[in-house]
Amino acid sequence: MNTSPEIVIDVHGLTKKFDGRAVVRDLSMQVKRGTIYGFLGPNGSGKTTTIRMLCGLLTPDEGTGTCLGYDIRTETDKIKRQVGYMTQRFSLYQDLSVRENLEFVARLYAVPDAVGAARDMIARLGLQGREEQLAGSLSGGWKQRLALGACTLPNPQLLLLDEPTAGVDPKARREFWNEIHALAANGLTVLVSTHYMDEAERCHEIAYIAYGVLLTHGTVEEVVAEAKLLTYTVTGGDLPRVSAELINKPGIDSVAPFGTSLHVSGRDAAKLEAAIAPYREDKNLHWTHSQPSLEDVFIDLMGRAKDNFQ
Amino acid sequence: MSAALSFTSSESFRRTRAMLIKEFIQLRRDRVSFAMIIMVPLVQLLLFGYAINTTPRDLPTAVLLQENSDIGRSVLKALENTKYFKVTRQLHDEAEFDRVLAAGEVLFAIEIPRNFERDVRRGDRPAILVAADATDPVAAGSAMAALGQIVQTALLHDRGLPDVGTSLFEVRSHARYNPAGATQLNIVPGLVGTILTMTMLIFTALSVTREIERGTMESLLSMPITPIEIMIGKIVPYVIVGFVQAAIIIGIGIGLFGVPVFGSLTLLAALSTLFIATNLSVGYTFSTVAQNQLQAMQMSMMFFLPNILLSGFMFPFAGMPVWAQWIGEFLPLTHYLRIVRAIMLKGSTLADLHYDALALTGLMLLAMMIAVTRFRRTLD
Repeated sequence: MNTSPEIVIDVHGLTKKFDGRAVVRDLSMQVKRGTIYGFLGPNGSGKTTTIRMLCGLLTPDEGTGTCLGYDIRTETDKIKRQVGYMTQRFSLYQDLSVRENLEFVARLYAVPDAVGAARDMIARLGLQGREEQLAGSLSGGWKQRLALGACTLPNPQLLLLDEPTAGVDPKARREFWNEIHALAANGLTVLVSTHYMDEAERCHEIAYIAYGVLLTHGTVEEVVAEAKLLTYTVTGGDLPRVSAELINKPGIDSVAPFGTSLHVSGRDAAKLEAAIAPYREDKNLHWTHSQPSLEDVFIDLMGRAKDNFQ
Repeated sequence: MSAALSFTSSESFRRTRAMLIKEFIQLRRDRVSFAMIIMVPLVQLLLFGYAINTTPRDLPTAVLLQENSDIGRSVLKALENTKYFKVTRQLHDEAEFDRVLAAGEVLFAIEIPRNFERDVRRGDRPAILVAADATDPVAAGSAMAALGQIVQTALLHDRGLPDVGTSLFEVRSHARYNPAGATQLNIVPGLVGTILTMTMLIFTALSVTREIERGTMESLLSMPITPIEIMIGKIVPYVIVGFVQAAIIIGIGIGLFGVPVFGSLTLLAALSTLFIATNLSVGYTFSTVAQNQLQAMQMSMMFFLPNILLSGFMFPFAGMPVWAQWIGEFLPLTHYLRIVRAIMLKGSTLADLHYDALALTGLMLLAMMIAVTRFRRTLD
């Protein structure tokens, strides 16, 4: 049944410009079958544009590549049959009921028993009793579940999810991710863009994109290790003051408050140590050497990218 | 609640002003709407100002000369001198006389009988037959009124005719298809076309822009469906709606206004369906060109006005200058008006109406072609 190649997404040098402004620059990525691939980056970094190029909604200005083994420039019709794309904005018909929306999708993909397929999906989503409710009147969490159901209904080989959990409560998010993992376990490949760090850690692999450039990729551990970031956690004392003073010191690349503690990070260990040395003598402050979090790494990456690309 | 908000009149003024400034900014951003504010009155005024003429001249006329005589020619000359008639065809027999009127090729057909000259000289007062297509009473009316007196004086200066006090010959005019000149017989079939144009255009003009504005287009484009499939899927339901609408209007026309249907109802239904599909295709084309629903509505209105004014619905088609008639030929309503009037009032058949049926088909295919090529398959 699963006929897709081992490398599901394989693109090189993708560039997309809008009105002369490059939104995605020279982007290359490979995604293996059955992987949950997290696509991270700030707003406007080019995540949505990249996803749209992958499913044939946008034509790249430069670069080549395949999606499910089909050329992303010339074989978009074949790609569309096997890709489920969940848009950032809810894009099912608000004035159709849950059942009608699912039946519509099933028929578009020529699913043999559209009515039955829609009924099964309603049961799977736990939407029984709400079949006849208009999609527009569902709550945010249910809308998102329905949208996921609609794009998995035709049994795609690849799911492209564009910030699927934005504005959804933690419980619904957790259930959503359980569902994604269950789907991936069956061989489905999932590319999911997100802002949430906890979601990034639920992915098999991640890529970080900022200013249209793919800055790093790999497993979470690889990405953290590759950043070669030295991080200290500081507790006690007058942290807002310490934070304000440290932020502009040479050798300190980021200072981020985490509740009652402060994360101080730098790429150059010697310079970082030198910068914090005076503060380590402060008896009120408690310094511990710690593993940088993914967020520390990303904030650092973004800072560096800003210098290079903006 | 509102009383609590409105503290003083100056605050109310500032809030109103804020709203006003916002509206102006938005209006300026929407370039197409802005252009239309200027273009619509300009174009429409110039177009209709020059095109519309309620006392039409040079109406197409066919002539059947049963004899070739000087007096006959003088009479024809006098007719042409009235400026109302323009002889565009010479006919050969009575069958052709009836056919050109039924097919709508001419508005008038004139017969000069055999032995006309001889009878005039004898003082027998022979009759000239003037048959008018009165499906449009306005177009035929003024010419018919002018007919009597001018022809009386036509032969005054001719040589050697007996000077009888009364006229030398008689003009027997016959308003065909609508002898009483009842306006309903003209207006009701016309309304079928006008109402259908208005409703059909709006239905489809909003269909694509609505999907774009609601965000459903992105999802639709990512699924395996082609532009042609989308178009057909969006047009067909409204063909049925239009058909029901046409049936209601025609039914009321027959029942309440006593409009006859001399032709085949099946043919009327078939060609009405074609007309409905043509308008839906035009509306759909607007929908693929417009960037938002407001623009689509404006385009529909831009298209609707000439349909009413230049199609022959409100003003006689034959009375318009040639350039305006050419514009009219590109409007679906022009062809449908001929079709619906001809079938209902004249009992015309498809053989009489094949030109207009083909024109409608051509316009429909043209609109569909533009729509399919204009339809953007990507978000580029």
